[in-house]
Amino acid sequence: MSTKENAKDENTENGSADQDNKGRGDSSSGFIILFFIVGLVASLVVGWIVFPKLLYSRKKQPIDFNHVIHVEAVDEGCESCHFFREDGTFSGIPKLEQCTDCHEEAQGEDPNEIKFVEEYVAKEKEVPWLIYSRQPDCVFFSHVAHVKMAKMDCATCHGPVGESEHSKVYEKNRVTGYSRDIWGKNISGFKKNTYDRMKMDDCAQCHEKETGDKGSCFQCHK
Amino acid sequence: MKIDRRSFLSLGVGAVAGLTLSPLPWKMMDDSSIWTQMWPWTPVPEDGEVSYVNSTCTLCPGGCGILVRKVNERAVKIEGLKGHPVNDGGICILGLSGLQLLYGPTRVKTPLKRVGKRGEGRWEKISWDKAISEVAEKLKNLRKENKPHTVGCISGSANGTLPKLIERFLTVYGSPNFMKIPSIQDSYELTLHLTQGVQALAGVDIENSDFVLSFGSGIIDGWGSPVRMFKANSALKKSGGRLVQIEPRLSNTAAKADRWIPINPGTEAALALGLAHVIVKKSLYHKDFIENYASGFYDKTGDNGFKRFVLDECGLDKISKITGVDKTVMETLAKNFAKAKKPIAISGRGQGKSPGSLNEFMAVHALNALVGNINKKGGISAVPEPDFINWPELEMDAIAAKGMQKERLDGAGSNKFPDTGSLLNRFAQSINSGETGKKYPMEVLFVAGANPCYTMPDTKTTKKAFGKIPFVVSFSPYMDETAQNADLILPNHTCLERYEDMPAPVGLTKPVICLSKPVVSPLFDTKQTGDVIIALAKALSGNISKAFVWDSYKTCLEKTLGSKWDVLVEDGIWVDNDFTAPAWENAFDTPSAKFEFYALKTDDINPVKIEGDDNSYPLVLMPYDSVRLANGFIGDPPFVVKTVSDTVLKGKDSFVEINPETAKSCGLSQGNYAVLSTPKGTAMVKINLFEGIMPGIIALPRGLGHTAYDKYLANKGLNVNDLIGPVEDSVSGLDTAWGIRAKLSKA
Repeated sequence: MSTKENAKDENTENGSADQDNKGRGDSSSGFIILFFIVGLVASLVVGWIVFPKLLYSRKKQPIDFNHVIHVEAVDEGCESCHFFREDGTFSGIPKLEQCTDCHEEAQGEDPNEIKFVEEYVAKEKEVPWLIYSRQPDCVFFSHVAHVKMAKMDCATCHGPVGESEHSKVYEKNRVTGYSRDIWGKNISGFKKNTYDRMKMDDCAQCHEKETGDKGSCFQCHK
Repeated sequence: MKIDRRSFLSLGVGAVAGLTLSPLPWKMMDDSSIWTQMWPWTPVPEDGEVSYVNSTCTLCPGGCGILVRKVNERAVKIEGLKGHPVNDGGICILGLSGLQLLYGPTRVKTPLKRVGKRGEGRWEKISWDKAISEVAEKLKNLRKENKPHTVGCISGSANGTLPKLIERFLTVYGSPNFMKIPSIQDSYELTLHLTQGVQALAGVDIENSDFVLSFGSGIIDGWGSPVRMFKANSALKKSGGRLVQIEPRLSNTAAKADRWIPINPGTEAALALGLAHVIVKKSLYHKDFIENYASGFYDKTGDNGFKRFVLDECGLDKISKITGVDKTVMETLAKNFAKAKKPIAISGRGQGKSPGSLNEFMAVHALNALVGNINKKGGISAVPEPDFINWPELEMDAIAAKGMQKERLDGAGSNKFPDTGSLLNRFAQSINSGETGKKYPMEVLFVAGANPCYTMPDTKTTKKAFGKIPFVVSFSPYMDETAQNADLILPNHTCLERYEDMPAPVGLTKPVICLSKPVVSPLFDTKQTGDVIIALAKALSGNISKAFVWDSYKTCLEKTLGSKWDVLVEDGIWVDNDFTAPAWENAFDTPSAKFEFYALKTDDINPVKIEGDDNSYPLVLMPYDSVRLANGFIGDPPFVVKTVSDTVLKGKDSFVEINPETAKSCGLSQGNYAVLSTPKGTAMVKINLFEGIMPGIIALPRGLGHTAYDKYLANKGLNVNDLIGPVEDSVSGLDTAWGIRAKLSKA
């Protein structure tokens, strides 16, 4: 075939295609919109509902802990168990030794109590508590500066943990390994309370409000 | 109606739009950035309760107090203990790196029994009970055969309860063969014994001196108790004192000294006598001391005195020719030394790892006598070893008594070397030579706190000797060269895991006991060697068992230290503060009750001989010490090796220091590879031109070239001990070698 004939053929094909388009134009654009909506809705479902479920694995604490009972039983509130050491460092989650002070023997019939005494106290094994508020290793945080010097309440950052009767499920981020509490329960990142999130912006927000300045990088990232 | 390509494109656009409007991309972006901060291999410091434990560092005989910072049960930092009489808050680089020896991969984690060939590195884990009963069985059999004397031990030290327990064990078992790793302490003890008639350690009061004349002693290169010496050097500088360093190579000490006098190596004794010549000739000596408290200075009937000898035989022209030191330099130096208020002369090259020639120590000590600074502030004093080990008398049975009468394999205490306690340098040779065959072979050897297969000059001969001993037991906590050549390893705890006393850190001016105590609980299935010895004794029953009345090493230590125990646990150190070195009237326990100048012979001014002939080996190789490299029983942890300059070690290559002039004549330039050969061996080295070394001399650092331990320690540079060999002192039998003849050729 010559070049001329080729050109002619193409013209004919194009011509026929134009005709087809004209014929089914409306129905096709309907599909385009439908498919757009399907894609949009599906991915919104994935992004808002499926993704958060996939992102976090749900773990139970080794022992279901009742803060209410404990707060009632102790004299000094949170600091009875979560105290400052002599050198100003914060003890965080109590060690087994502190629990054993009262729980050498099982107190009551609660299955959790019995499990705790049998599996941990008797075997002198530390309880592998999951820490909701654990920050990345590159973050330096001093409790004493906030609690003793700035006189902040524990609940400002940690929420009303002392009022919980059960340990909530620990949701572990499969990518970062951290608790969901750092990003916040709300996947879109909105918060209502000061303790809803523990991201850097939340630190900065409070710092700006209280001190007039967000602070410098190396204050926390040493 | 047809679904076409565009519909799917539209689906994709919709999906992207949807995702953008969902938290997914933003959350993933944030999470992935956090994920990058969370690599699983990033070391994360432990978080928890901080506590501090004070103890004593036993990585060298310095006796420094340490403060270990712990987070929960993990030791995270070793610091010098403030207010400690030895180091007052200071710490050396090895002490700082001690945690790598605790947590590093070089530890032996459980008793091991060799299954492959010697040195092949194939081991089988065995239980402590099995290991101990196996050794006990061997020992029982040897006693049955009336051969208890064929059991020996090489210990890192002879002082302290652990070495004494081992020695006690050998004695009651019936063997005289308790040997220790040699050092200049041996020469100093012998010098004090021969001149002052005392059994004592040399206390060196550099801090309070105003003129330190050092015959090659690297006071900031790790000589004596290293951190104390750093501080003493600073104190000396602060108070306006002077340090004159005499050695062939510009060491760190020489570089920081007020004056560096390069000298032909091995001629230090001659220089000391040359200085004595000036002091005597100009009558600059301490009249009171010489007239009233010294003997042998003047002629006695039939004997030439020290005075006549130095005046007649040590003329400055002659000495200058031997030492290479200018006459006027000697004159000024001698005058300045004698006129200083509190001068002190010290000897022992580098860190003092090699005992050196007795003659040299005696000559240098004679200078101290001439200026009368013995048992004085700022001088040298005889410090008795703390006397706290008073165990019940041993009862030897007939087999043991007979065994103890045998001559030692190393020849110490024999007619030839009556005054020396241990001669490890002769041991390997004696095992290898036919001479031993006539005596007796060694059947079982214990090695505790020592790594002779690495630290003894001429490692090849040492390893060969080990090859001839059928059963070698190592007590090392680390897989070192000696452990690697053993049949059984019974690992001790490391010094951060165990109780152990360390009496008399080297060079202190008062009797002192230090205690190291557990900072962390033992990490592995290891056992204090003291407990193993006690268990062995119990397994052997009879008199041997009776000699060990304690149920554990800790009880033994506690009972032995008695009233000092509480102080030691609290402070880590006990100092006999009431001690002052006796005044001259009562200081000397010699026949004359005076300080005795030794009778000199013409030969005494000749250079200390080294191995090799000048024709085949035109150069001289000297080992040198650096505080950056541990060169004893303890290997260099990675932190330490990292501080070594790349003109000392680069990759796997060691550099040999050479004067540019000498290098030129050998056709070598900076960075060239060269073959270094000595009568003991050949090795490949790289060339480092260094103007601070005398022409004709080349130097290699001690402490490199390990072949054992772990991948971080092994195969880094060259072990200088592979290339040098011991030379025996004719009086003491100790190793006098300061170098060896060598040859360098282009690779």
